[in-house]
Amino acid sequence: MPLVLTEEQSMLRDSARGLITDKAPVSHLRQLRDSKDEMGFSRDLWKAFAEMGFSGLLVPENFGGSGLGYVEAGVVMEEIGRTLMPSPFLSTAVLAVSALSRGGSEAQKSAHLPKIADGSRLAALAIDEGTKHRPLQINLQAVRSGNGFKLSGAKALVVDGHTADLLIVAGRTGGAAGDRNGLTLFLVDPKAKGVAIERTVMVDAHNAARIEFSNVEVDADHVLGEVDQGYQLLDGVLNIGRGAVASEMVGLSEEVFGRTVTYLKERKQFGKLIGEFQALQHRAAQLYVDIEITRSAVLKALQTLDGDFDHAGAAIAVAKARAGTTAALAVQEGVQMHGGMGMTDQFDIGFFMKRARVCQELFGDSNYHADQLARMKSY
Amino acid sequence: MSDLETFRRETRAWLEANCPPEMRRPMTSESDTYWGGRNAKFSSEPQRVWFERMRDKGWTVPDWPKEYGGGGLDRAEHKVLREEMAAMGARAPLSSFGIWMLGPALLKYGNEAQKKEHLPKIAAGLIRWCQGYSEPNAGSDLASLQTRAESDGDDYVINGQKIWTSYANYADWIFCLVRTDPAAKKHDGISFILFDMASKGVSTKPILLISGYSPFCETFFDNVRVPKSHVVGTVNRGWDVAKYLLQHERAMISGTGERGIGRPLGQVAADSVGSDDSGRLDDAMLRGQIAMFDIDEAAFAAVAERAIDLAKAGQSHPAFSSAMKYYGTELNKRRHEILMSAGGIDALEWESDRSKGGARPRAWLRTKANSIEGGTSEVMLGIVAKRILDLPGA
Repeated sequence: MPLVLTEEQSMLRDSARGLITDKAPVSHLRQLRDSKDEMGFSRDLWKAFAEMGFSGLLVPENFGGSGLGYVEAGVVMEEIGRTLMPSPFLSTAVLAVSALSRGGSEAQKSAHLPKIADGSRLAALAIDEGTKHRPLQINLQAVRSGNGFKLSGAKALVVDGHTADLLIVAGRTGGAAGDRNGLTLFLVDPKAKGVAIERTVMVDAHNAARIEFSNVEVDADHVLGEVDQGYQLLDGVLNIGRGAVASEMVGLSEEVFGRTVTYLKERKQFGKLIGEFQALQHRAAQLYVDIEITRSAVLKALQTLDGDFDHAGAAIAVAKARAGTTAALAVQEGVQMHGGMGMTDQFDIGFFMKRARVCQELFGDSNYHADQLARMKSY
Repeated sequence: MSDLETFRRETRAWLEANCPPEMRRPMTSESDTYWGGRNAKFSSEPQRVWFERMRDKGWTVPDWPKEYGGGGLDRAEHKVLREEMAAMGARAPLSSFGIWMLGPALLKYGNEAQKKEHLPKIAAGLIRWCQGYSEPNAGSDLASLQTRAESDGDDYVINGQKIWTSYANYADWIFCLVRTDPAAKKHDGISFILFDMASKGVSTKPILLISGYSPFCETFFDNVRVPKSHVVGTVNRGWDVAKYLLQHERAMISGTGERGIGRPLGQVAADSVGSDDSGRLDDAMLRGQIAMFDIDEAAFAAVAERAIDLAKAGQSHPAFSSAMKYYGTELNKRRHEILMSAGGIDALEWESDRSKGGARPRAWLRTKANSIEGGTSEVMLGIVAKRILDLPGA
């Protein structure tokens, strides 16, 4: 498949960009932050997203969605990255939908997917427990109890955790931390007894929560996929999430870069436009090359997810690692080249820097994915 | 089954049957390749067999028209052939500046007589070409070149000096930039001309490099007479041809080296430094460097693929080859730094059979030229800054 967007994908990009730049420029995030908005995102905007079919983009058509692919999800994520629009798209429309449609029973799918597609239900994926992303180290205990399980443990950095109507929780039904076997995914009602959700105010003003589970009872038919065999499902869902976040970072990097190049053409010092200085020209050119390479790697990874899902691991590791390092460079150069202005809160660049930091960490940073790639290549 | 799948199946079968096993191993050095030409010698029988079979199919230049000695393959078929050759590690049957650089320029700018005269000989490896671009005071600032061609009846008389002429001492013909109008602005008085290196007044002198090899020469022209019909394109408009050719040269250099061929770096390193109990390379920092390199290399492969797809879709920027040249050559230098690091003490041996005559350190030193030849990394970044990003100045 050619590494360029099809006409349909370009049209999707244009309509997403139209809506997002119109309704949710960076000032939208700023306003939510400054007003300490309780939800941390706009319900109205999510409704508009649903009306345009974005919330059900990955939902199969027989469950009320558009049944599109991961490249299309990436197209929307990239536009989200351009304005840093806070929305449940990643948590609900990408991660939860993927987990449900790849691992869910017919009953589970029909219970949740249509409501996600129409925008009325939000969901969150609860995985990480430690400081760094280590899915194999998941150790939330899920002990058999009667017909079902009792969950005890804690999760951190649950994206959109405090707004979710449904939690997808990874727990250990067997084995020990580090084992591939013994992981199980559960559908958990956030209002269930024993669930304590604390919204964490994050550096990037996006939503995340710490969630504690104390003897939370979960019925057996709320197991997503098979007991003890959840790792493969989780790994696939995480790869989708990684591809999506990498796309967001491509959008974010391009936006920061665009703003920076514009500034280089406007700002004068020593009687010259600063864009005339070779030191800055070369750094800008290097960043351009980095972004082009990363964009290619991310598109390649998403196409591989769509075309050969089970063998997409290496391409995803490359994409997430590249996108993380490129975004880090883009925001750093953005702030530096804007000089003192770049350091002010009044200026938008700092928002990009903060969001890039979170995206780097989400679902494994560049070091994590470099290590994964080395393991895949047996060295 | 689609035509393309049939083509793939037949191509694979033909390559399997015709590519000698010796030609499926990675090359050990740049000299371990067949360059063709009047005085060409094959270094081995398999090399001769492989070259002749590929030549007879037109597959030394698979995408050139058949009438000029090519294989007449379309883009998709050409890609299939490249993929199938890469999959079995098959070497290129012929290394040639005629194929990489002059051929594309002649196809675009040459007249019919020039195409008929030169392209089939390039395809068949009969003539080895060299490039006369750089001069002692016109390197990165190529357009300030001073070699002059003065009109004398039906001929030009050429005087001047070129430098960094790759393999000029082995070449049969040269494609050369000369100044035909000294009064014009510097880009406007240059012509692109072809002539025989055996012409009276041409002499060459090899330049020894830090690698111990001398792939480059100084080349001198002392009243060399060349028929005016040997000018390619329009007189004084040679800069257009030169630029077009440079794009191909940059694309060629950005793909320099063994990327995608040969054993993965991680395996090479594991062989020499060893692994720990869990199978991880027994040098955590080196392992990290290799992993980061592998990421960048895979990403670069994706951008190379995308560059072709963008060109096909009519969406590519003409200066993008500069971006590719910059990154590809920096990547290749990194690869060889890692190879040296992975090889440790063993990679330092310069002259011995065990080290194949110091192949690894010589290759490492050779890569340092990648980010200089064909336009330095700094020149490439300058082109990106001005032509793609539209930054002001100069």
